[in-house]
Amino acid sequence: MPLLKGGALIDDPWQRLADDTALPADGAVIVSFARWRAEREVLLARSAPLGVLLKNTDPVDALAPDIARLQLIALEFPKFSDGRAYSQARLLRERYRFGGELRATGHVLPDQLHHMRRCGFDAFEVAKGDPVTAWRRAVHTFSAVYQPTGDGRAPVSALRRRLLAAAAD
Amino acid sequence: MYRYDEYDHAFVAERVAQFRDQVKRRLAGEITEDEFKPLRLQNGLYLQLHAYMLRIAIPYGTLSSKQMRTLAHIARRYDRGYGHFTTRQNLQFNWIKLEDAPDALADLAKAEMHAIQTSGNCIRNTTADHWAGVAIDEIEDPRIWCEIIRQWSTVHPEFSFLPRKFKIAVTGSPNDRAAVRVHDIGLRMLRDENGEPGFEVIVGGGLGRTPMIGKTIRPFLPKQHLLSYLEAILRVYNRYGRRDNIYKARIKILVHEIGAEEMRRQVEEEWEGLRDGALDLPADVVAGIGRHFAPPRYQPQPTIATETERLRFENRDFALWLRSNVVAHRQPGHAIVNLSLKPEGGPPGDASAAQMDAVADLADAYSCGEIRVTHEQNLVLPHVAVADLPAVWRGLTLIGFATPNLGLVSDIIACPGLDYCALANARAIPVAQRISQHFADLARQHDIGELKIKISGCINACGHHHVGHIGILGVDKNGTEFYQITLGGHAGDDVSLGSILGPAVPADQVVEAIDSLVRTYLAVRQDGERFLDTYRRVGNTPFKERLYATA
Repeated sequence: MPLLKGGALIDDPWQRLADDTALPADGAVIVSFARWRAEREVLLARSAPLGVLLKNTDPVDALAPDIARLQLIALEFPKFSDGRAYSQARLLRERYRFGGELRATGHVLPDQLHHMRRCGFDAFEVAKGDPVTAWRRAVHTFSAVYQPTGDGRAPVSALRRRLLAAAAD
Repeated sequence: MYRYDEYDHAFVAERVAQFRDQVKRRLAGEITEDEFKPLRLQNGLYLQLHAYMLRIAIPYGTLSSKQMRTLAHIARRYDRGYGHFTTRQNLQFNWIKLEDAPDALADLAKAEMHAIQTSGNCIRNTTADHWAGVAIDEIEDPRIWCEIIRQWSTVHPEFSFLPRKFKIAVTGSPNDRAAVRVHDIGLRMLRDENGEPGFEVIVGGGLGRTPMIGKTIRPFLPKQHLLSYLEAILRVYNRYGRRDNIYKARIKILVHEIGAEEMRRQVEEEWEGLRDGALDLPADVVAGIGRHFAPPRYQPQPTIATETERLRFENRDFALWLRSNVVAHRQPGHAIVNLSLKPEGGPPGDASAAQMDAVADLADAYSCGEIRVTHEQNLVLPHVAVADLPAVWRGLTLIGFATPNLGLVSDIIACPGLDYCALANARAIPVAQRISQHFADLARQHDIGELKIKISGCINACGHHHVGHIGILGVDKNGTEFYQITLGGHAGDDVSLGSILGPAVPADQVVEAIDSLVRTYLAVRQDGERFLDTYRRVGNTPFKERLYATA
């Protein structure tokens, strides 16, 4: 599946490794959370990039101690209407300061990119449609936002404060 | 009143453009109905029995006269000339065409209105005391906090795909007029020992098929923490609320299953990671929103309003109206006027475009241009000078909104029921109409006193029957409409859920049944007792014996 990243479609450099597939000596791999738990030492001993795929019921805090050693975390949307991964994403970015690639996988719809991006996702396995156009829509639809999240956009309340401060100067 | 600034204007306009594009892609077949559904729902568009229904948000029930005229315009232009005020202080139009919806939303946006999140599994319109800002028992105007919540919850990226819908209510008075204990989150303003206002945080209340009274998980929350605390509650719910069964997906089930104490522990733990961060509400931000809700400039009033006093003695109808529909205002020489949208035999909560325009004119002339919508499906003119009451009464009489029945037996709440709704099992509006006709005698209604009848056409309880003094629930028995009766529900501070009286009664016996209940009450009531008081004293038995003996 093509991967949407940085507003463009790219070839996915990562290999999704099934639990019963032998670990290759090198190459970037994404393993399940279960495998991560079982083979953590071996996985961390490799020199190649490592990613973990979390189900939306897996505990994100379990990755916290090793967060800096992971280059990718993938979060799953089993159905577009199941929004648990949005909370996982914000926790990973904002509480555990995860700085690697945060990937949305599963039933990822173009009309949800705006929300995902605001929650900290930066790579998307988009199931259908024209992802590049969808990305442009997601980036440009709203000129202002009302919530502070980890995406760094100043919410409307902060913009108003700045205006007031500027007026007072 | 809150006025949009350039950010709000831009945001709502962008939202309309986004939806216009989504509708276009849907009509072109680029997105499936399944994928389009959450998009249209989060813009207030439902597919009902006969047509699309557009539910417009009226944040915390406050409207300007200009906004009311816009609603009248939408009714004329895109619907069949009338709208329906709901128990969530919103307005529904029942005959909208999908291809017209973006234009209707664009017209609304010009009047600083929208339909964002009036449906879908997201944070819905926040409701408040309809007498906010004018009630004499108020600690602080709850609309300030509702507006802060409205902005925070608008297109919230984390909480737009919750397990189920999520409703927040705020009351600024110790006397709860916002039913805060039967909402997903209820916020009740109170003061701490130093006199500082804050919130009691109540979680997990709700009606529907599993009615529950909310639990207090924090007795006092300082105001600046409101949003971080809400975010903590919503995050716990988003992560751990059930998604395996739509009927068990509301937060009340989570609270019930893990217990209030465990819920409190999880929320507090989550909150530790959020408090004192970017969601903290600095005093100047709150003050900035608060300025929008500053009281209007009231004109000085004479100590005695001569004409009002004269008419009270001369005209029995006016006197009756004053007694039931007009309440005390915080500002001397002023009154809160409650408009009854429950005329004898009329569908509760309906208003025609002409009536909406007339209310807007009355608001401009006599109520500082302001109107409120109540969760009991009525309207309010919140700032009327006592001296203007005769003129307002005459104006309301002309449009049929002066029925002196507020809080009385014919002031009935009813959901749209089987006449409109795809979920309903039975009709609700015609039942309300027949009860209203049966008790048409206003002197008798006033003798009966406060009695709240609430009717739902199905178990989802949009008509709030669980908290009706008399609750009526439509059920389907092999294709025939029956009505189950509950007694003793109440949505105030002393909240209670009604208990089922006995077997459901057939549609043609509902009016007789209600009449029997009222007669029982009149026979056993003691001095000064309202229906609810009598019921709480004597219980189901006398009502049951009389009803099922005659049935």
